[in-house]
Amino acid sequence: MEGLRFLRSEHLPHLWCAGCGHGIVLGAVIRAMLRVGVDQDRTVVVSGIGCSSRAVGYLNMDTLHTTHGRALAFATGIKLARPDLRVVVLAGDGDLAAIGGNHLIHAARRNMGITCVCFNNGIYGMTSGQYSPLTPQGFRTATAPYGHLERDFDLCRLVEAAGATYVARSTTYHVQQTIEYVARALTHDGFSFVEVLTQCPTYFGRRNRMADPVKMLEWFRQRAVTVAQAGRMKPEDLRGRVVIGEFHRTEDVSEYTRSYQALISRLSGEGDRDER
Amino acid sequence: MSQPRLMQGNEACVEGALEAGLRFFAGYPITPSTEIAEMLAERLPRVGGVFIQMEDEIASMAAVIGASLAGVRAMTATSGPGFSLKQENLGYAAITETPCVVVNVQRVGPSTGMPTSPAQGDVMQARWGTHGDHPVVVLSPSSVVETYVLTVKAFAIADELRVPVVLLSDEVTAHMRERVVLPDPGTLPRGERPRAGRAPSDVPPMVHFGEGKRVLVTGLYHDPSGFWTENPEEADRLIRRLCGKVESRREQLTMVDRWYLDDARVAVIAYGCVARSALRAVRMARERGHRVGMLRLACLWPFPRHEVTAVAGRVEAIVVPEMNLGQLAGEVERAACGRCRVVGYQRVDSELIRPEELLPVLEEV
Repeated sequence: MEGLRFLRSEHLPHLWCAGCGHGIVLGAVIRAMLRVGVDQDRTVVVSGIGCSSRAVGYLNMDTLHTTHGRALAFATGIKLARPDLRVVVLAGDGDLAAIGGNHLIHAARRNMGITCVCFNNGIYGMTSGQYSPLTPQGFRTATAPYGHLERDFDLCRLVEAAGATYVARSTTYHVQQTIEYVARALTHDGFSFVEVLTQCPTYFGRRNRMADPVKMLEWFRQRAVTVAQAGRMKPEDLRGRVVIGEFHRTEDVSEYTRSYQALISRLSGEGDRDER
Repeated sequence: MSQPRLMQGNEACVEGALEAGLRFFAGYPITPSTEIAEMLAERLPRVGGVFIQMEDEIASMAAVIGASLAGVRAMTATSGPGFSLKQENLGYAAITETPCVVVNVQRVGPSTGMPTSPAQGDVMQARWGTHGDHPVVVLSPSSVVETYVLTVKAFAIADELRVPVVLLSDEVTAHMRERVVLPDPGTLPRGERPRAGRAPSDVPPMVHFGEGKRVLVTGLYHDPSGFWTENPEEADRLIRRLCGKVESRREQLTMVDRWYLDDARVAVIAYGCVARSALRAVRMARERGHRVGMLRLACLWPFPRHEVTAVAGRVEAIVVPEMNLGQLAGEVERAACGRCRVVGYQRVDSELIRPEELLPVLEEV
């Protein structure tokens, strides 16, 4: 019940479909915030466009609902202008991996002090079910009526390679892990990324014989293998599975706004040499 | 008293922005605007501000809006192709009423055009570049010192009206070096953002992130509380207020210079770099006994309709020289309303219009 103070209850019920997993992810984010003691008045939550990006409307803190794909770029401006504020990005898989893919890899590379939670339902929900870069190969979508031919991104490996310093993946079936990873991401100093697989029974499930949300959660349970299990498995056995767990965690890399503040401090002794 | 200095237009823009209190710049390199970014990369951290070179033009515009919402004065600078990329987020700044300044040092287009030669081809893009109906303020300097003054003014207008303001410069004005004496620091009004507790107005008070007000900022149509709405009445009220807050201040925003208009039979209306050639041509025509006058526009949008209509009522013809195929000439024609002839004179070959080629045009109309 304590989490209710994090919600704008007057704007509930939310607009997500029955059975949608986004409420589970949002609930996990709020529980993680409670666990680490997030200051509600010194936190800005930023989103892009899409189903998951509407989450910011229901969060009772400073919130920014931006343009499609650009949440991390807006968040970068906020964090640089006010490094003392905690900045969290909630965005969907299409938002982060397709139209906003460039911002994702560069926010990770800079090690911007932002926590990014990816709501990965493998589909464009708000535009009614077209494929995203995270739609698993072979599955049907509105724009892949014969089964999706493209390979999907492993977003965690992508951001880790790009320079993110905390990377983890979970699902809406594994709620306790999700809360734990988001909590660790929130206390991490640097760019932290948590991908959460979430079910879209309406647009993903219906086309792929999983219209029932329970079936989708079952699918997550069956598909998921831990990092440790995956390490012992052969590549062919891993096909079609999704690896969950913590992939990367380091605080050896300087967080970007801290580096910039150090530059400002260093220069302040010298004054503005160009001053008239 | 400030000392005379030799200064470039882009440099004057940097000085003006710092004078206005700029503390955040995000940009992506593109000539002929790059000097602005390069100089601010050096200057901003020295005054406690932040410079960042973002991964693309879209991200730069997004970061500028984010920084502004967090409470600092923020700017980006670009040129034609980059300006096109910023358009969606420019619209976002307009609907969320986020103050910011976008410098567009125009170059020849469309596309990569003839990099990086001068043009004035973005007049209509500056007005109608983003989708939907939205407020726009566009200032266009003709000299180095005016680049400084209009940059300070751009920040003041952006903050007072909570709108994105475009400083529409051009390659000639930006790269030209002139001897300038800048106004003394602190002498130009810097304006301020409307904050809680002042008289009600069509510009609502601004709340910054981190103040404990727990605001929602969204690019969706929203009600006065900021929450998204699909109510047609709320939607209509929002867009009319956004456009109206600039439209109703058209007179205050009008910035024009007048030369020899009292007895003029022919008037020239010009802006930006071409205004300099045009004024020279007008003076040459005067020396030859032609009654030619000139109206120079420093604020293009909102368009100084009343000023132009008044001129049109007193002359036989208006000549509009510009480095595009008549983007402003069409607007002048609209304002002239058939009261006089409107004659365009255009170049799109990347060459600046010279006084000598304009003189016969003025003599013949």
